[in-house]
Amino acid sequence: MSERLSVFKTYKLFVGGKFPRSESGRVYEVTDSKGKWLANAPLSSRKDARDAIVAARKAFGGWSGATAYNRGQILYRVAEMLEGRRDQFVAEVADAEGLSKSKAAAQVDAAIDRWVWYAGWTDKIAQVVGGTNPVAGPFFNVSSPEPTGVVAVVAPQESSLLGLVSVIAPVIAGGSTVVVVASEKAPLPALSLGEVLATSDVPGGVVNILSGKAAEIFPSVAAHQDVNAIDLAGADAELAKALEVAAADNLKRVVRPQPVDWSADPGTKRLTAFLETKTVWHPTGSLGAGGSSY
Amino acid sequence: MADVTASDGALRRFLHGLPGVDPVGLEARAAALGTRSIKTTAKAYAIDLAISMIDLTTLEGADTPGKVRALCAKALNPDPTDRDTPRTAAICVYPDMVATAAESLRGSEVKVASVATAFPAGRAALPVKLADTIDAVAAGADEIDMVIDRGAFLAGRYLSVFEEIKAVKEACRRQDGTAARLKVIFETGELSTYDNIRRASWLGMLAGADFIKTSTGKVAVNATPANTLLMLEAVRDFRDTTGVQVGVKPAGGIRTTKDAMKFLVLVNETVGEEWLTNEWFRFGASSLLNDLLMQRQKLSTGRYSGPDYVTVD
Amino acid sequence: MAFEYAPAPESRAVVDIAPSYGLFIDGEFREATGGKVFKTVSPSTEEVLSEVAQASAEDVDAAVKAARKAFEKWSALPGSERAKYLFRIARIIQERSRELAVLETLDNGKPIKETRDADLPLVAAHFFYYAGWADKLDHAGFGPNPRPLGVAGQVIPWNFPLLMLAWKIAPALAAGNTVVLKPAETTPLSALFFADICRQAGLPKGVVNILTGDGSTGAALVGHEGVDKVAFTGSTAVGKQIARTVAGTDKKLTLELGGKGANIVFDDAPIDQAVEGIVNGIFFNQGQVCCAGSRLLVQESIQDELLDALKRRMSTLRVGDPLDKNTDVGAINSAEQLARITALADSGEAEGAERWAPACELPSAGYWFAPTLFTNVTQAHRIAREEIFGPVLSVLTFRTPAEAVAKANNSQYGLSAGIWTEKGSRMLAVASKLRAGVVWANTFNKFDPTSPFGGYKESGFGREGGRHGLEAYLDV
Repeated sequence: MSERLSVFKTYKLFVGGKFPRSESGRVYEVTDSKGKWLANAPLSSRKDARDAIVAARKAFGGWSGATAYNRGQILYRVAEMLEGRRDQFVAEVADAEGLSKSKAAAQVDAAIDRWVWYAGWTDKIAQVVGGTNPVAGPFFNVSSPEPTGVVAVVAPQESSLLGLVSVIAPVIAGGSTVVVVASEKAPLPALSLGEVLATSDVPGGVVNILSGKAAEIFPSVAAHQDVNAIDLAGADAELAKALEVAAADNLKRVVRPQPVDWSADPGTKRLTAFLETKTVWHPTGSLGAGGSSY
Repeated sequence: MADVTASDGALRRFLHGLPGVDPVGLEARAAALGTRSIKTTAKAYAIDLAISMIDLTTLEGADTPGKVRALCAKALNPDPTDRDTPRTAAICVYPDMVATAAESLRGSEVKVASVATAFPAGRAALPVKLADTIDAVAAGADEIDMVIDRGAFLAGRYLSVFEEIKAVKEACRRQDGTAARLKVIFETGELSTYDNIRRASWLGMLAGADFIKTSTGKVAVNATPANTLLMLEAVRDFRDTTGVQVGVKPAGGIRTTKDAMKFLVLVNETVGEEWLTNEWFRFGASSLLNDLLMQRQKLSTGRYSGPDYVTVD
Repeated sequence: MAFEYAPAPESRAVVDIAPSYGLFIDGEFREATGGKVFKTVSPSTEEVLSEVAQASAEDVDAAVKAARKAFEKWSALPGSERAKYLFRIARIIQERSRELAVLETLDNGKPIKETRDADLPLVAAHFFYYAGWADKLDHAGFGPNPRPLGVAGQVIPWNFPLLMLAWKIAPALAAGNTVVLKPAETTPLSALFFADICRQAGLPKGVVNILTGDGSTGAALVGHEGVDKVAFTGSTAVGKQIARTVAGTDKKLTLELGGKGANIVFDDAPIDQAVEGIVNGIFFNQGQVCCAGSRLLVQESIQDELLDALKRRMSTLRVGDPLDKNTDVGAINSAEQLARITALADSGEAEGAERWAPACELPSAGYWFAPTLFTNVTQAHRIAREEIFGPVLSVLTFRTPAEAVAKANNSQYGLSAGIWTEKGSRMLAVASKLRAGVVWANTFNKFDPTSPFGGYKESGFGREGGRHGLEAYLDV
């Protein structure tokens, strides 16, 4: 009996909740760690990035305006959906990163758990990093974290899924929207994650996933005036410096690349990196102008 | 503006449609003006002006003709050592002392002001209040300081307060067609909120007040820079709207020259020169006068004065 | 007869300004290598107040090295000991506040009323606040035992010289850093007096170093490889340049930059207080305030009423001698700044906006600009978009809350905003939609050491003040 010929998957970008091909029509070959062909991935252009930024901006109002509880529910839903497709991702991560099945499974499990971690943060971070300030005057004064806006991310190059989740989940947990350029050599788990997000109640445009070469795509992203912050996790030092210089044009918040153990406790650093503190003052004063002594 | 007093509802809608008052901002503005530094020539001017604006007041159960006559003498001749000292604007007494005061002040420009309308609580029937007023006017009062019915105001019966003021205004008329000037006391300490004070100010002015006055001096909180500033804003806005000028009288708790300077600065920078006369601004006070006189002596002699160098009354 | 206030000048005698000052490096004053100096003048009279040293790149290097050397011991001190140094500084500032207020007014041109009642009390309060944090960093929410960064290079502006110094130095020292601070070229004196306060407080040498100089000194400081942290308050253009300079390094950066704050007045506003807030928002410190409410957005239905009241109020502003206790509006800080304000105001007229200023006599010497109001301004005008940094208010109108928010946010900046309404739900709804770091509702230009301050968008990043302000100086 001849072996059944499998059906290949056409990997596509995830932009504005849809799965477009690159507008450039270009693809590049993705191989496993041994050089075996896995798939062709879209080679995103600057225009794809621009479209993704437009989609992310469009989604920002609704996503940042959603209740923190609602965002938490949606992030948790992502974890549920990812759990349901665990086997697929274990296989993709194993291929992508050249890991054994068990090691790949550990990566996927950690990625699922990371969604759960950030799902729980959405309605707590404001209490942890915000609060009332005891100003010396008759004023009510309160500081609250607010999402920075549109955040563009160069995903970690080595950790194709866990690293990716570790950089996008905190952005959207805080209410910002994200455009991420997946690991250049291992983009397939990222592109598949788009399918999970699309079925997880994440509004279109909140997460936008591009594949291709960060060095090609990102200079225009870092210079884009409608991007509020960049996370350069997966950029090498030379590229990161150039991107940081470009980002200065509109004073984007920049998270520089640094060695990170993606399997370690993530803390809140990446969450707070994309939050702005807003402080609101309002007079209080006394109840009245005086009383009676009759 | 007659239509706004056509009914209780219309009056309520109007008063509640006035801009709100932010207490912290109001008090901050009053405090900021309180930091003005009034020195040398400005101080001399302000002291004389303040003396001339005083309604020298005695409103005690223990008042006697002797006490009132002494106070009138003080009003006429505040500083026996310096005859250039201005006289106070008026003497302010209870109705039964009006005749005594009028007699003492006859022929001078110092006015006789009388509280009326069951001062200070105002808890009496309208006919009693009107009789109180008519009696004071008949006895020779030039000015009537009435109290509003705070109970009615706080209960939201604005039209009732309005009608009462109108009735008292009517009672201020003399047979010769002239009338005593009417000061309307809100007892701001009992109205409690600044929004109420603004509403009461407009209500009083709509009803024909010639002056609006903060307090009786008989409650815990009387005139303050903030409530006076607010009332100055009200008379300013009322004149802008109607063309009618109304005076302001802070009363109670103003005891020092420094305090008086602050109030004059409020007048100067809120309504300006046109109110800087005793026709449109008064201080309801008693002990203030001696402090002003001591400061005045200091300016003219260069020495600090002492209580033995001014007359007790 | 008018009530004319007689002159009430604060005495200059309380401050003794030396004819010249050196750089404060490693606990002592020294001349600049190369011996360059520049003059600092009183902007209200153009009188030369003193001559100060122009720090060269070598001086920057010496100061950074001194700070680095001092860092070891300073950061190793128990927090409770660092706290006491800061408490001492706070107290000495309180003791010397009258002297410092007069000094600041002389060097900056702002009214004594403001230095006395706003700048100096806030300076002392800021040191007092951060002093208390020095031994409580474990409890600040950044995890156990948060570490300082090292040497902080700090560059501050001329609009609140001593206050900006306090905002920079107090949290830096509390967290265990040492600092090299460069005051603005036109207002160096209060920082040099602060060096003397450090001496009186017995602060270990090298913990605070003060370098006077121009932009080149600042550039050398932020670019110095021995600096671990850069904090800058000033213009957005320079802030961007600094961001480029530190790109690719490990230097932690916080920037507090320009703004074009919208002050939104709804038809149900407490009008008299709103007028005060508008005046305070744009004429406080001659409008030379990054968080100034320089755009007035007024609901069209009350435009006439509000503008009448505003003009009436502006007519009572007392412009003149900054040392006079009754002065409300003082001098513009420099000829250069005056030229910039003048040029932008002229562009407003040229672009068709209607200019109004109360009649006021300006002194003949010094740098002066009358409080000015522009009506018929649209979002397209330069005076609605560019930071003027002067006493110039641009008035725009809106019809609905949504339009107000859209216009307020339509700016490259995002530092401050004001909301005036008596309706609580509207206030909160608008506050939550404004993209600005500080929102003043029914008040304006209020500051407090416990209250985080800083911008969105091109107004910079990082917060100064409060618990948040520690983060800029900790390795977290």
